[in-house]
Amino acid sequence: MKILVPVKRVVDYNVKVRVKPDQTGVDLANVKMSMNPFCEIAVEEAIRMKEKGLAEEIVVVSIGPAGAQETIRTALAMGADRGIHVTTDAIVEPLAVAKILAKIAGEESPELIILGKQAIDDDANATGQMLGALLGWPQGTFASKVEKDGDTLKVTREIDGGLQTVSFGLPAIVTTDLRLNEPRYASLPNIMKAKRKPIDAKAPEDYGVDLTPRLEVLKVAEPPKRQGGVKVETVAELVSKLKNEAGVL
Amino acid sequence: MQNPFDTAERKAFRESVEAFVAREIAPFANEWDEAGDFPWELHRQAGALGLFGFGIDEAYGGLGFDDAFMRMDSGVTLAYTGAGGVNASLGCRNIMTGPIAKLASEEIRRAVLPEIISGREGGALAMTEPSGGSDLSRMKTRAVRDGQGWRISGEKTFITGGMKARWYVVGARTGSEGFGGISLFLVEAGSQGFNRTPIKNKMGWWASDTATLHFDDCYVPAGNQLGEEGLCLLAIMENFNFERLALASGCLGMAKRCLDDAIGWAKERETFGKPLIRHQVIRHKIADMSMRIDALEAYLRAIAWTMNEGEMPAAELAKVKVLGSTTAEFCASEAMQILGGAGYLRGQAIERIYREVKVMAIGGGSEEIMRDLAVKQMGL
Ligand SMILES: Cc1cc2nc3c(=O)[nH]c(=O)nc-3n(C[C@H](O)[C@H](O)[C@H](O)COP(=O)(O)OP(=O)(O)OC[C@H]3O[C@@H](n4cnc5c(N)ncnc54)[C@H](O)[C@@H]3O)c2cc1C
Ligand SMILES: Cc1cc2nc3c(=O)[nH]c(=O)nc-3n(C[C@H](O)[C@H](O)[C@H](O)COP(=O)(O)OP(=O)(O)OC[C@H]3O[C@@H](n4cnc5c(N)ncnc54)[C@H](O)[C@@H]3O)c2cc1C
Repeated sequence: MKILVPVKRVVDYNVKVRVKPDQTGVDLANVKMSMNPFCEIAVEEAIRMKEKGLAEEIVVVSIGPAGAQETIRTALAMGADRGIHVTTDAIVEPLAVAKILAKIAGEESPELIILGKQAIDDDANATGQMLGALLGWPQGTFASKVEKDGDTLKVTREIDGGLQTVSFGLPAIVTTDLRLNEPRYASLPNIMKAKRKPIDAKAPEDYGVDLTPRLEVLKVAEPPKRQGGVKVETVAELVSKLKNEAGVL
Repeated sequence: MQNPFDTAERKAFRESVEAFVAREIAPFANEWDEAGDFPWELHRQAGALGLFGFGIDEAYGGLGFDDAFMRMDSGVTLAYTGAGGVNASLGCRNIMTGPIAKLASEEIRRAVLPEIISGREGGALAMTEPSGGSDLSRMKTRAVRDGQGWRISGEKTFITGGMKARWYVVGARTGSEGFGGISLFLVEAGSQGFNRTPIKNKMGWWASDTATLHFDDCYVPAGNQLGEEGLCLLAIMENFNFERLALASGCLGMAKRCLDDAIGWAKERETFGKPLIRHQVIRHKIADMSMRIDALEAYLRAIAWTMNEGEMPAAELAKVKVLGSTTAEFCASEAMQILGGAGYLRGQAIERIYREVKVMAIGGGSEEIMRDLAVKQMGL
């Protein structure tokens, strides 16, 4: 089985982002960038499947600026086999990414595509689902467990009410939730080995995909500052405040 | 400022160590230090990351390459956690694997090195004795021939990793007075006549197991002698150079942590109606810390570059160790001061680092000895 894992380069989860004064976005100058944590989980899951003998090859794809190559190298250092870097400085929205990935899926014929459920920059939570629609493949989103049984995949999904299990045939799409696994650290020997793993350089034009954004950002603003709370003396007072002042009961 | 020596691999390694430290060490640093111990599993994890294999062949479980910048980066990153005891017990093997790789028989190398480098087993270097650590040429522990092997008698003290290690590289006198009479031996824990007792009341490095080792006619097979009789101390001098690089890098990490935490505090804390960071006295402290840190970092990078070129700048390594410990000491003291009373409380990094700067000034060659050595190395 071949597994395709798309990975996105995003602002590191530890960075406290700041909104640009002109409110067009957040300031990315000199900010630490890393692999989206949900993508890390996707890479880890693919590697574990390979280690169990369920997969032969793991191909990682990143669509983004020159720096995204570093993110691909991180995935290669974790254990993926080769990379595809679709270089662009344009803003890429989920639909454009899904279209490029669909084209790559056509060329590479993976049996499984594992994506993060969302990227922590825009939190769109859309690419996996859009890709499923474009390819007409079944999908198991928000996976907290993935089991392969012959030609079917059993995916445990984290849903609002608890857990749901779905089964479907391959080829298929899985998007990862936080509890699927704990990604490994790239070891130094593997970082050195990753240097020699191939990365194909591509451009959006190679796939004939128009990246023009379909969405328009009107304004980016800081969330309102948290207000100080009040201390209540009794439960009765709390209930009364929730009912009469907050209006939530 | 940019680092002219950075490469994609160095950055990737640094980020991997940072992620490892942030998840596996930082959250437990205080708890482990107060408990005086940490789980052995961390040795294995650090081994898997590749922290112990610099300069050692892949055949023996090493990395098969060396890079002084990566040694430096991992030293800085680990020390930045402010968990000096954990780092000491993890890193102490790095000062004893070199002599094994260089001097031991092929059989011993294959049996011992992979175990230590992978973190499955511990290793320690035992040089210091109750009668002194600065002047190793006067060490008193003796080894005498006994049939096919040797019998070692004497005592070693302040041995980092000494309670849990499986293997020890031990210096002992086999000949006449002075450096030329000293040989090295590999001693395995559990050998007949070998005992160890913990040193429990240290000022810092609480999470680290430090021991006094007792050798009572301890038997070691002839094959466990490392290198030629009497030539060994010279052979491990290079090892001390790597130790100094590691210790100075650690000092840089400690100093950086002090500066960052002090700045964080100074931005939040208000006195006389404005944040501390707006008082000129505090701003000057920040400048003084920061410029020393920059100088130490630049010096270390120049040294790392020289080492990668195949030279061993022994004088500079001795000097940078002094610059490192004095910088860490200065920054810890200034950062404590900026925190005021809050700095005096246990449970935060600056207080721990403040207590742990002294071991950096004493261990691995004291400041006085390093200055002497540097001037001697300068040919004076
Ligand atoms: C926490 C800890 C961990 C350690 N881990 C290890 C380890 O793993 N393995 C190991 O072998 N050792 C270890 N040591 C020992 C360390 O290397 C020694 O403490 C150090 O070498 C100094 O030796 P000493 O303590 O005997 O001091 P001494 O040699 O007695 O020196 C005392 C003081 O006098 C100064 N001094 C000595 N001679 C001169 C001189 N000629 N001119 C000017 N000043 C001089 C020294 O600089 C020092 O300040 C450790 C020490 C500590 C505290
Ligand atoms: C063990 C201990 C026992 C104590 N016992 C007592 C006690 O019995 N009774 C009691 O009342 N208090 C006691 N204290 C509190 C002590 O007096 C205060 O810690 C001290 O006054 C400093 O105040 P602070 O800790 O709030 O630091 P801060 O006032 O927050 O000051 C932090 C740092 O900023 C510096 N700083 C502040 N303002 C300026 C400025 N304008 N310009 C330049 N630098 C500035 C300070 O010098 C200090 O270094 C004790 C403290 C300790 C640690």
